[in-house]
Amino acid sequence: MEPGPQHYLILSAILFALGVAGVLLRRGAITILMSIELMLNAANLVFITFARQFDHIEGQIYVFFIITLAAAEAAVGLAIVIALFRLRESTDVDALRLLKW
Amino acid sequence: METAAFVVLALMALVSAVVVVTHRHAIVAALALAFNLISIAGLFFVLNAQFIGFLQVIVYAGAIMVLILFVLMLLNVQAEASLRTVGVFQRLFAPLAVLALALLVAGGGFVAAEGDRFPPVDSDFGSVERLGVELFTRFWYPFEAISLLLVVAMIGAVLLAKRRL
Amino acid sequence: MLRLIWLIPLIPLVGVAVNGLFGRKFSRVASGTIAASTILVSFLLSVGAVLQLAKLPEEARRFAVTLGSWMPLGVVEPAGRAFEVGWEFALDPLSAVLLLVVTGVGFLIHLYSVGYMEHEADYARFFVYLNLFMSMMCTLVLADNLLVLFVGWEGVGLCSYLLIGFFYDRPFDERSGMSCADAGRKAFIVNRIGDFAFLLGMLWLAVEFGTLNFHELSSALAHAGPGAEAFLTGVGLLLFIGACGKSAQIPLYVWLPDAMAGPTPVSALIHAATMVTAGVYMVCRMSALYSAAPEALAVVAAIGALTAFMAATMGVLATDIKKVLAYSTVSQLGFMFAAAGVGAYTAAMFHLVTHAFFKALLFLGAGSVIHALHGTQDIREMGGLRAKLPVTHATFVIAWLAIAGIFPFAGFFSKDEILADAWHAGHPVIWGLLVVSALLTAFYMTRLVYLVFWGAHRGDPHRLEQAHESPRTMTVPLGILAVLSIVGGFIGIPAALSFGSDLNFLRHWLAPALTMAGAGHGAESAAAAHIGAGEYLLIAAALGVAAFGILLAMTIYRRPGTADRLSRAAGPVYTLVRNLYWVDELYELIVLRPFYAISRAFAALDRWVIDGLVNAAGITTELTGQVIKLFQTGLVRNYALMFLMGVVAVLWYLATV
Repeated sequence: MEPGPQHYLILSAILFALGVAGVLLRRGAITILMSIELMLNAANLVFITFARQFDHIEGQIYVFFIITLAAAEAAVGLAIVIALFRLRESTDVDALRLLKW
Repeated sequence: METAAFVVLALMALVSAVVVVTHRHAIVAALALAFNLISIAGLFFVLNAQFIGFLQVIVYAGAIMVLILFVLMLLNVQAEASLRTVGVFQRLFAPLAVLALALLVAGGGFVAAEGDRFPPVDSDFGSVERLGVELFTRFWYPFEAISLLLVVAMIGAVLLAKRRL
Repeated sequence: MLRLIWLIPLIPLVGVAVNGLFGRKFSRVASGTIAASTILVSFLLSVGAVLQLAKLPEEARRFAVTLGSWMPLGVVEPAGRAFEVGWEFALDPLSAVLLLVVTGVGFLIHLYSVGYMEHEADYARFFVYLNLFMSMMCTLVLADNLLVLFVGWEGVGLCSYLLIGFFYDRPFDERSGMSCADAGRKAFIVNRIGDFAFLLGMLWLAVEFGTLNFHELSSALAHAGPGAEAFLTGVGLLLFIGACGKSAQIPLYVWLPDAMAGPTPVSALIHAATMVTAGVYMVCRMSALYSAAPEALAVVAAIGALTAFMAATMGVLATDIKKVLAYSTVSQLGFMFAAAGVGAYTAAMFHLVTHAFFKALLFLGAGSVIHALHGTQDIREMGGLRAKLPVTHATFVIAWLAIAGIFPFAGFFSKDEILADAWHAGHPVIWGLLVVSALLTAFYMTRLVYLVFWGAHRGDPHRLEQAHESPRTMTVPLGILAVLSIVGGFIGIPAALSFGSDLNFLRHWLAPALTMAGAGHGAESAAAAHIGAGEYLLIAAALGVAAFGILLAMTIYRRPGTADRLSRAAGPVYTLVRNLYWVDELYELIVLRPFYAISRAFAALDRWVIDGLVNAAGITTELTGQVIKLFQTGLVRNYALMFLMGVVAVLWYLATV
């Protein structure tokens, strides 16, 4: 049985869901960032799948840009985590409760 | 042949993703993520996206994961508290919402897929030349814009991480 | 000057404004002078206007002036004509009489008050209220339509309330625990009940006839068919209930004895001479209506006679000098209403005029006594003041003889005319009640004079020593009123005593302004025709009854102890009358208590239901806020989850559409 687009899509859906679960359930700021990378990758997989399916090279171009963007985002995100670490001496996001009523 | 590659790579990706999301030690999670990224790169290769696959390994698994590991070690991140300390609200609704999301996304994807087989493509689909041509002709504007964005991100990262402005 | 009659109610308002705004900065002399002079100007203006009116031929003696339109309303049904009320004033013979009395006696009392109120605080405030009262009373008298009259009616009610409660922080009656403020409130509220009926009558009249102007009403009433009698009786009764409130007749008289809480000049002016007579004036004004509604007129006569009798009995046993005079006023007003009720409108107005003279004199004299004894008002502690207060005594005696009805003082003529007209109109029961009341009047007034001025002093001897006659500003008005009480009766000499010529000046003067009952021209012309032995018998009866009352009182009160023995012998009757027939207590039981209960129920409703609903809205909002606040944990992950739930919802929507 050849792997068709559905298989890849189910895989991406699961990976994406795992990434979302990671964002919601983990407490470390950096592990949350890593879960976000997971989600981005799942999206990348979807793009590539559909590029292959419809013979459009644009899908791969988009992934190109997404990867670049992910790199920029990771850099800035980590810089923010460092700045917050200086404030609270921990990367625990539960320590940042300034918006509480 | 393709099937076997797909199954193996898919399993690797899934297992490493689970480890990323659940393991208490952040370093282990980071390494698992690297593994996951490489698996995904393999899947890219299977799908005739060679250039992107290389890019994934070099930039994602190479640069980004290293950066993350750097910061983890710089900040000396300890093991996280167990998942049981998360609030009731979160533990109740998060899995449900995630499940719903997965189903909806998959369902949407199925609808959009139009068929369960891949049609054949040219051999140079996904090659460096092909992508290069597209990037420098049709997509030159986003290309220039994203280089600007990278400059801005660099400046931002430097400023944010400075001890004193 | 006729054209300036609209100024008469407005001039006292100048005094109100000046004393109201700057009174506290003036000296007492200045305040009093300003107030009294505005009334003097009004009085002189009134005299001038009336003299001018008298020069007009008899049929045309009516001068109306309109200051502008007040309520231009549209067409009213079932009258079928456009209804408009304007600020209309008019001077005709009827209003001329009352106007002169009001401004003249009013001026004298203002003069008296300058001296009487000298030691009181809030001197200027007193004169502000007094001037306001004069303005409102003149509006009432000069009004040419019922609504403007009602403005004055309500205005004098307000001033009565303000002046009764003038000493707002003083207690008044130890027996009932009333304060002066309570007395003022009682007066206002009881009046209000009457005013409500008055308003209903007025509105009914307006809707049926489409006008409230007296002149237009008279002509409309002349053309009213026989089918209108029920409606006219209803209106007449409603208006009369209003008059009962204002003029203290049964059942709305209970406020007048308690109105004695106010300063004595107030009692003299408002509750003897002017305001309380407004009801009588109104009935005479609406003589056209009442003459067409004989059943209403019968009710007027019955209530008037009953009130005259009942109040006279209460005056016999009262022990406060002002309360005796208050009951006397209620009784005399009953005489006036009884007169109007038998169709003798002229007799009613005649008695109104003479009563104003001698009752004001009696009250001012009482004020003089109270002033001399530094606040004592209980007649059981008086006596022997004749030597100490000669002028007061002399004028008081004149007033006493006038009210008792002794020839040739003023009261004799007016009371005799009422009794004669009642007899000739064919109402022997009314005549009988009035005769007994006249006897009681003579009795209790003699009792009062005896216990206050004659005999031995029964109170504190110190007080008697310090008692002195009142200053000139107080004794001069006494003197003037005494003169008027002597000669005032000569404007209405009955035919029987005129020796052939018709000297009843007042009857001729008032005739064009009044409408007599249809067939037979009622009591007035019937009496004019009677000059025979019957007339002299009636006069003799009136005089005899008065003399008998005086002698009886003199005999009883000459020796101390006689009165007490008689009271004990009367037993339950004495208790009944001494407690004023427990009318106040009855009202408390059947009117006030249920009303308080309803008020409390509504207060609870307001507090718990209406306020409760509003509070509930607030509490609901608060609770909702408390619930929503639980979402704001400050944890980023919770917010991310809510984000996700929103995304899921959107995707769901897109999937199912």
